[in-house]
Amino acid sequence: MNTNAGIIKIPVEMYYMIAVRGEIEVKIGIPRALAYYAYYPFLTTFFEKLGLEVVVSDETTKEIMDMGIEDTITDACVPIKLFHGHVRNLMDRVDYVLVPRLVSINREATFCPKFLGLPDMLSCSISKFKNMLEVRIDLKKSRFELFMICMRLARKFKKGFFLAYNAYLRALLSFKNYTHQFLQGGIPPLGILGQKKNNPIHLAVVGYPYMLYDPYLSLDLIKKLISMGVYVVTPEMLCERDKKKQASKLKKTLFWTFSNEVIRSAYCLFENRTVDGIIHVTAFGCGPDFIVDKLMEIDAKRYKMPYLNITLDEHTGQEGLNTRLEAFVDMLKIKKAKKEAALA
Amino acid sequence: MKKVSFPYMGTSYIPFERLLKDFGNKVIVPPRPTEETISYGTKYAPEFACYPFKIVLGTYVQVLEAGADTLVSSGGVGPCRAGLYTALQEKILQELGYEFEMITLEPPGRHFRDLLQNIKKLINTRLTLRDYISISRFAWKQLVLLDKVERLSHKTRPLEINKGDSTRAYKKCVEMIAGAEKYVDFKEIERESELLYEAVEKRDYDPLKIGIVGEIYVLMEPFSNLEIEEMLGELGVYVERSMFLSEYTISNAVMDLFHMAGERDAKKMAAPYFKEMCGGHGRESVGNSVIFAKRGFDGIIQLSPFTCIPEIVAKSILPKVCKEHGLGFLTISLDEQTGKEGLRTRLEAFVDLLMAKRKKAGTLTVKSQVAKEMA
Repeated sequence: MNTNAGIIKIPVEMYYMIAVRGEIEVKIGIPRALAYYAYYPFLTTFFEKLGLEVVVSDETTKEIMDMGIEDTITDACVPIKLFHGHVRNLMDRVDYVLVPRLVSINREATFCPKFLGLPDMLSCSISKFKNMLEVRIDLKKSRFELFMICMRLARKFKKGFFLAYNAYLRALLSFKNYTHQFLQGGIPPLGILGQKKNNPIHLAVVGYPYMLYDPYLSLDLIKKLISMGVYVVTPEMLCERDKKKQASKLKKTLFWTFSNEVIRSAYCLFENRTVDGIIHVTAFGCGPDFIVDKLMEIDAKRYKMPYLNITLDEHTGQEGLNTRLEAFVDMLKIKKAKKEAALA
Repeated sequence: MKKVSFPYMGTSYIPFERLLKDFGNKVIVPPRPTEETISYGTKYAPEFACYPFKIVLGTYVQVLEAGADTLVSSGGVGPCRAGLYTALQEKILQELGYEFEMITLEPPGRHFRDLLQNIKKLINTRLTLRDYISISRFAWKQLVLLDKVERLSHKTRPLEINKGDSTRAYKKCVEMIAGAEKYVDFKEIERESELLYEAVEKRDYDPLKIGIVGEIYVLMEPFSNLEIEEMLGELGVYVERSMFLSEYTISNAVMDLFHMAGERDAKKMAAPYFKEMCGGHGRESVGNSVIFAKRGFDGIIQLSPFTCIPEIVAKSILPKVCKEHGLGFLTISLDEQTGKEGLRTRLEAFVDLLMAKRKKAGTLTVKSQVAKEMA
């Protein structure tokens, strides 16, 4: 990463406060959108242990959505619009707003171009946005890249090596704990700690973390399903090793990390048949999803797996979604009852 | 004998057909996209597929119906979706019950061995080294000439007195180039096409200059961009496209082989606004706009297929770039719903605005760099 990663210079007064008195905490803002939902335990723990005050933007509301729509071009997908909204929500009350430029987290894939160009888009779309802390995350460079990024951040905020190292370890631990909670059947971002395994219908809800775990954007889809007596499985709940095994199913690996997660989970579920149906949640105009969705649709037919595609945007109405979900779940229930009757 | 076909894009089918024929294949030349092509494409492609995907899929259906059994197309390394077109198209077409072989030519930088193997599949006749050289020399010259006559048509069209003259001249040139038999013919054809353009009656004035940037397919294929270059030319505007196939081939096939980045100028120019490679032609769009601005253009038009990701990123950056350089900016997203008359109205309004801006700034005392180039 080049040294001017955080493009804003620290104002002189603030520099004084941090370096000389060291009393007033620097406030760092994390927008509650996009990669936040996938990696937030790491982010928040790291900055907290580093001794900074972490401010996460408010949960998505209509105001935030509207602010985002104001600034972005019309063609952009909802999650990107939301990110703009969350930045607007944060930028006046913190010293820095963290904007990650996610390039890669493994060797095989990168991210959607909108993730790659996110800081550039923001600095052009929101003219008043001056306190961006741009962090380029390109982990395919070396094994220690994440560590190096953390150290560079610590140096920027004038924190010592050992404090930073400790923060880094704690952050890793908290992220590990987070993934573990998923494997236990919980959905921590929604505050669901466990689900009843003996629910009659098991449904997989696949999609990108920033679509599924934003209750406003997904219209509380997962909680709605759970209240209908459904055991919900999301891509994060599947074992990493099982997903890797499915990689060879595709002739050409997809270019996008999150998309690979989704499609591999789908193949996993097709093969193991641990669920009764799959719901794919996608954003209107999502670029990568036209390929992911079509591939899944074709293969769902091949594996005879019930499949529902739900496209969300800033105008999606609650009732339309409810009807579709209820119909889908009812159909699965009928199907299951018939099957059991035939067996008996 | 293999019956090979490929996607249709601009005039690229002429050298490509020749190349495949010389390699000993039977070639089924894809038809120029029409409403029928699009209707197939939209029927079988997912809703949010980009426009080029739909056109190409429609073309495949048409050529498969015509009896093709091998489809050749380009690949890519992402993160633009175009690199995965063939993977999905193959699946969709198989689902429809067609039997064929899909050959994806990946860029040579990362998949050199793959590429060689795939090219080998396409060579079905014994050729000596000398044949290879003469075949590739012929195809290359054809490609370069096609680009040249197109450039000439852009230059003459805004100046013509009788509307349609340059378009006719251009069509004649393309016909001549397509009909060439031997390498030596090209010299004659080149001279003749220059004469043809010179014969067009011209006015003498300094036309408005608009640069066109955007995604490669909608830039190159006139059907997909509703013949925007012709439309603008007839409005009396000099148009320049940021991309031509011969340059694109150099930067993506030859330079890539040696792991060099193509289009360095554009990338350098885009650097202050656009720091990361994001696939497709997003960064090139931004960089080329800056280059156009420096050469004294009046405006930029960005063409993009609806939901094209790299162009969406570029679209959010371009307004700022154009504002800083004092350019007019118009963005057009294209899909199967875009109508020609609606586009014409928008273009007329855009051109009028640029004209007014020019008048306001007073008569040009210093001739811009492009004007000098054109003279």
